[in-house]
Amino acid sequence: MSEQEKNNPILDKRSSRRTFIKNSGLTVGGLVLGGAIGSLIGKEEVPTQQQAVSGVVHETNDYSEALQFFTRTEDFNALAAATEQIYPEDEHGPGAIKLGVPYYIDKQLASPWGRNADDYMERPFNNGATPLNRGDIMIQGIRKLNDVANTKHQMAFNAISEDEQIIILQDFESGNIELPLVSSAEFFGLLRQLTIEGCYCDPMHGGNKNMEGWKMREFPGAYMSFIDVVESKEFVVKNPISLSNHLH
Amino acid sequence: MAKVLPKTDVVTVGVGWFGGIVAAELTKAGYNVVGLDKGKEKNIKDYQLTHDEVRYPIRGEGYQKLTKETYTYRNTLDQEATPIRDKATSVIGEGIGGGGSHWGAQTHRYYPYDFEIKTKTIEKYGDGKIPTDMTIQDWGITYDELEPYFDKFEKMAGISGEPDPNYPERSNPYPNPPLKKSEALRLFEETTKQMGYQPFMIPTGTVSQSYTNPDGQQLNACQYCAFCGSNYCEYGAKADPVVTVIPTAQKTGKFDLRTHAKVTRVLHDGQKATGVLYQDTRTGEEFEQPADLVVLTSYVFNNVRLLLLSGIGEPYNPQTGTGVIGKNFTDHHGITISFGLFDDKKFNNYAATGAYGMAITDYTGDLFDHTNLDFIHGGQIELRITGTAPIANNLTAPGTSTWGKDFKRESLFYANRSLMVFTQKATMPFKNHYLDLDPNYKDENSDPLIRITWDYSNNDRGIHDFLQQKHIEILEEMKATHILPVPIPEHYTGGLAFQHNGGGVIMGSDPTNSAINNYLQMWDMDNLFVCGASAFPHFSATNPTTTAAALTYRATEGMIQFLKNGGGQLVVAKNEKQLV
Repeated sequence: MSEQEKNNPILDKRSSRRTFIKNSGLTVGGLVLGGAIGSLIGKEEVPTQQQAVSGVVHETNDYSEALQFFTRTEDFNALAAATEQIYPEDEHGPGAIKLGVPYYIDKQLASPWGRNADDYMERPFNNGATPLNRGDIMIQGIRKLNDVANTKHQMAFNAISEDEQIIILQDFESGNIELPLVSSAEFFGLLRQLTIEGCYCDPMHGGNKNMEGWKMREFPGAYMSFIDVVESKEFVVKNPISLSNHLH
Repeated sequence: MAKVLPKTDVVTVGVGWFGGIVAAELTKAGYNVVGLDKGKEKNIKDYQLTHDEVRYPIRGEGYQKLTKETYTYRNTLDQEATPIRDKATSVIGEGIGGGGSHWGAQTHRYYPYDFEIKTKTIEKYGDGKIPTDMTIQDWGITYDELEPYFDKFEKMAGISGEPDPNYPERSNPYPNPPLKKSEALRLFEETTKQMGYQPFMIPTGTVSQSYTNPDGQQLNACQYCAFCGSNYCEYGAKADPVVTVIPTAQKTGKFDLRTHAKVTRVLHDGQKATGVLYQDTRTGEEFEQPADLVVLTSYVFNNVRLLLLSGIGEPYNPQTGTGVIGKNFTDHHGITISFGLFDDKKFNNYAATGAYGMAITDYTGDLFDHTNLDFIHGGQIELRITGTAPIANNLTAPGTSTWGKDFKRESLFYANRSLMVFTQKATMPFKNHYLDLDPNYKDENSDPLIRITWDYSNNDRGIHDFLQQKHIEILEEMKATHILPVPIPEHYTGGLAFQHNGGGVIMGSDPTNSAINNYLQMWDMDNLFVCGASAFPHFSATNPTTTAAALTYRATEGMIQFLKNGGGQLVVAKNEKQLV
């Protein structure tokens, strides 16, 4: 990816420029998904539609970066700052914000999963079980992040220093902050889990932008086959491919 | 009023591995089979685009929703049970194929010792070796009697493997050669051979080469893509009821498969089952399906729950030790794991399958002397490579925080530098470990949920400590920089991880301590068979499907005999107390 794209903060909604030429380099060793699965097996390389149209320059806006779940921008800003502390930008590459994690979390909480639609939610909620759904837990916890920051430092959570943010998050993690109907440790656990998911999910979910989460750890992603690699004595770095590669 | 449907020869409750095997064998023999599954229809077209860690392993796309029904658990008799609420912690397979669609496909046979565990333990160590509250008993069948049916399952599923030098010779080789060996497996193999062990490739239903099974169903060659356990196989390279036994039954024209059909009762007149009552899960409409033979082939929980809800068999009472339904329940998810981190090595562990690895069986069954040990049985030592799915795999050196700068640096560094040594422990049954109906929590029909009472035993802790020491020795020999032995949890917390539960409708030779005979036929009701790991009097060290499937293949011969003869018990009951 270009330097210009790297420098684009994820929360900034400027359009990013993508080309199919760039993507075509990611299909080496990949296989196109087809109806006749058996016929693909054993073939080394299959040209993709992307390669067929290589050379076409295509301008896109990321219209998917808006909020489906959160209603207050101050909540979203606090969430973004908290995810960045959990997975910070460093010399290895982008942190949670540039990877799109806050938008990933917004989409997950707006989904049926965020409302615990597939879970058993019958009363009574005993033995420490919470009656809140995941969206409720996150909203409540994030607002408490801002409350605590305001009380201690008279500023919103995203405006205080990194060290101050870390100390507050550690307090939540150890269960020291009072929240109604759920422990702050449970909220923090959910926040951490969602952050890691957003860093490393398939990019179609809104996180792991440009597969940079995968690139940092040399994870190849959604390959159909590693039969060419499995017996190799040396470690093999493969350019990652995402699920969108299976459709296009 | 339930609508009464035309009678069929056989009805199965659930259409996963065991419902699929029953349907395939009985339709091939000319009988009409109705298969009822409360989930959805699916086929291999649904298996495309499944390389998604969030959707499948993390959120559990392939698992049953818990919206209307779950199970509860507690550790001891005096506690109130808690329901499992999060769908992703209950991994019971959704739709036809059941757990057989998302399984990892690890397919060891149970050991000869397992089937005669009580007799063999007493023979060698005396009565005193078995704690008074440990309720092990012989299975009413021997390994040799079951061997042809292991073979039949392995041929149907195209199992790829090589013999385990510690155990009896097989009547036939595995139908396919073992999977290819990665550098990590070669390192484990070389190291453990030098230590005097006999490692072998884990047998698996992710097949090593293109294979056509005896029923004419084709499996493709595994591609090591690593989206396997928890996922469906896009390649059709993993043995799954959806690509094997279900289409085999369907091509006979005698299999009537109905989805969204939740069985709520086994109907009976006290002597014999007359059919089942089921509900369309979309409309709530009720149907009565009469049948000559009723076969319960759903997961352990539902097999037991249906018997209890239908008033069939005597419920187990942990106070008195009497009764059989719910008895000898075991949970087999407490895996002993030790990780090794290697600062100077990187492994291609992103290339893997659901059951990719090598195993050592020197500490299983009674292959080693237990005289001075405070446990019986044991577990395999396995090097297991399950892929490097990046959300689930973030190991760090000891003392590192679980988030922040250090976490990021360390977890990236070790992303391709770790190996896992793994032991599934044989799990013994105890007097106070059982299944019954929960007094508080109900499903959408106001029927009580099934309740687990279970916790880790001293036997589990003894095996854990003993085998983790062996893990550490192996990882030291492999020159791991850091070794991370994962401790055994203080208590069982109800999550499943796989579908490894056993017991509750156990087999045996004596109706006073078992619910079914060795054809899985109810002692109390001749035309009712209960298939699956619910038949296991204890849980052996390894995965349940191979043994449960072998017992089910044998049971289908009993079912055919039963239908031909017009009924009757297939086995003469013994009274073990009188024999002693």
